[in-house]
Amino acid sequence: MTLPSIKLLKDALVEPHSLTTLTLTQWDLLVRQARNAGLLARIAADCQTFNLLDDIPRQARRHLDSAAVLARRQHRELRWEVQLIEEALAPTGIAFVLLKGAAYAMGGLLAARGRMMSDVDILVPRTALPEVESALMQRGWVSDANSDYDQRYYRTWMHELPPMRHFHRGTVIDVHHAIVPISSRSHPSSEALLSSALTLDGHLKVQSLAPLDMVLHSASHLFHEGELDQGFRGIVDLDSLLREFGASPDFWEQLVPRAVELELVRPLFYALRYTRLMLGTPVPSDVMAQVSHASGAPQSSLFLAWMDALFLRALRPTHANTSDGWTPLARWLLYVRGHWMRMPPGLLVRHLVRKSWMAWFPDKKDPESASG
Amino acid sequence: MTSPTLSTISKTELTRQLQSDGLWLRVAPFVFQIRSPIPVVADGLHTLYGDYELASPDEFADFHITVAYGPLHKKSVCVFQVDGVEPFTPLAAGEGFAFLEWGLNWCVTTHLHTWLTIHSAVLERHGRALILPAPPGSGKSTLCASLLLHGWRLLSDEMTLLDPDTGLVTPFPRPVSLKNQSIDIIRKRDKSVVIGPIAFDTMKGNVAHMRAPTDSLKRASEKALPAWVIFPQYVADAPASLTPRGKATSFMQLAENSFNQSAQGRRGFEALARLIDQCDCYDFSYGRLDEAMAIFADLPLPT
Repeated sequence: MTLPSIKLLKDALVEPHSLTTLTLTQWDLLVRQARNAGLLARIAADCQTFNLLDDIPRQARRHLDSAAVLARRQHRELRWEVQLIEEALAPTGIAFVLLKGAAYAMGGLLAARGRMMSDVDILVPRTALPEVESALMQRGWVSDANSDYDQRYYRTWMHELPPMRHFHRGTVIDVHHAIVPISSRSHPSSEALLSSALTLDGHLKVQSLAPLDMVLHSASHLFHEGELDQGFRGIVDLDSLLREFGASPDFWEQLVPRAVELELVRPLFYALRYTRLMLGTPVPSDVMAQVSHASGAPQSSLFLAWMDALFLRALRPTHANTSDGWTPLARWLLYVRGHWMRMPPGLLVRHLVRKSWMAWFPDKKDPESASG
Repeated sequence: MTSPTLSTISKTELTRQLQSDGLWLRVAPFVFQIRSPIPVVADGLHTLYGDYELASPDEFADFHITVAYGPLHKKSVCVFQVDGVEPFTPLAAGEGFAFLEWGLNWCVTTHLHTWLTIHSAVLERHGRALILPAPPGSGKSTLCASLLLHGWRLLSDEMTLLDPDTGLVTPFPRPVSLKNQSIDIIRKRDKSVVIGPIAFDTMKGNVAHMRAPTDSLKRASEKALPAWVIFPQYVADAPASLTPRGKATSFMQLAENSFNQSAQGRRGFEALARLIDQCDCYDFSYGRLDEAMAIFADLPLPT
């Protein structure tokens, strides 16, 4: 089976200079694919960096410029939001680590250029959760999860508090104490992550993960979560991080050992494999060999062929021209896999039964609390 | 060099295109590719878009639109899709053409931010633009339709596209939406007015669209410098009254009517401030269109 082509989008992301040679028809398709994948502003940012905007046809340029306006606004609002979080947590004296998009943007990384973002994710020590939660509540963030079950589910099994929304601004913060769910099979040490975290320039208590950990977290987020609708954006993030951090030779030497230490070999294996296959990310072949032989990497070639068939579909953008008839099935299977990896089978069955009960009978009490 | 207009193809051919590769239509300053199997969509386009140029499929379309039956191909309802994405819940199939019109507005205000977009009608006379920002129910569209019958040129019935750098308004002339009694009021004022299919019992009541004047479409590339910002309010049977309005409150009200002023940050704020500075601002209440027309005929230029 051949996969739908993403060449146009790939070339735009990897070789921005090729954009000046596109025909109007190609631009027509590229703008649509990039918009659906949330990458239009990224392409606009590259065009600006490489001074290509004047060579882009005006019809397409208008859409690039527009996406850039929205991305700039989000970055502006993010900076403001981080400042408010910093102020809210200042009385506690607790340092917090920005994760994902917020960290890329505040750290001035290439992965942040033109990146759209909404929620802010932070990581704090588990012991600090009560204090962090109450400090945020005092400044207007309120828990988004309404049902007792959701509250209990998050607090017992997940690696984060239920999302908190600011009652006035509507902005959402996810407070994590680990980077994978408590219930999942691997347990990357939050202590190890927090102790290597780096303080951001110009801040006292705002940190980001160290480069190695940032890549490993991005990989574990993409390959542990079952929701791949924005999966291509995840691949693009990883590609940018690997290209930027990979410029230093230490990075590649330490990457696999750190993955072993944090029990994140498998997500790293997939991250390196699929960024290379989809975007041609320059992963040194000895690192690829090293991760393939590390304990935890998939060993059966039949299994790998099956994962390729799933991931190479599900990670493609959702646009009709980049999906095929198998895409929805691949996404669904990976969604199930995501849940499988998050929790042991008994808990998974209980969780799914409960979620369907609550979806079908929203007004009834949930069965467990009714009986208990 | 002008391309053939939609009126040069038969309704059968129009319907065929809508059902196959799509109709490529230039609605300056944009190009839309439109598909739909729904007859009322073809009716609306055939009746109201005859003067618009056909675009070539090997050009760039700003938006690829489908108004389809469904969900599950149910023929009583329809959905609006931009490139497969459905931003709205389904509407009755009879509202298909109105859905297309609303959807096109949504596409532009959601995705285009090279302009400051303001929810308003905007017209032009002697090179100067009149901006009529107003919430639904204020009689904005009725006033706009009536002004078109009295020598004003249509830039847009729904949004002002203001270039933040030049301060000029880019025309985006499309059919003018009319609701409930306004449909008959406008019809009675001029027998030659062309009204498209009526969508009954929509959330806004009955909705129909008036064909944009041919001259406004021919001059769609002529931008205009704003001279007046007037906030209209229909008050049944009240005498028409035009009263100057403070610049500060006009600014605040206009900012509230803007779709993307906040997204534009400082640039948006300054563009809006410059617009208010160069315009005369008024409140306008009216109960009878004839009186309103007399006042607008004598509108003085800002000094």
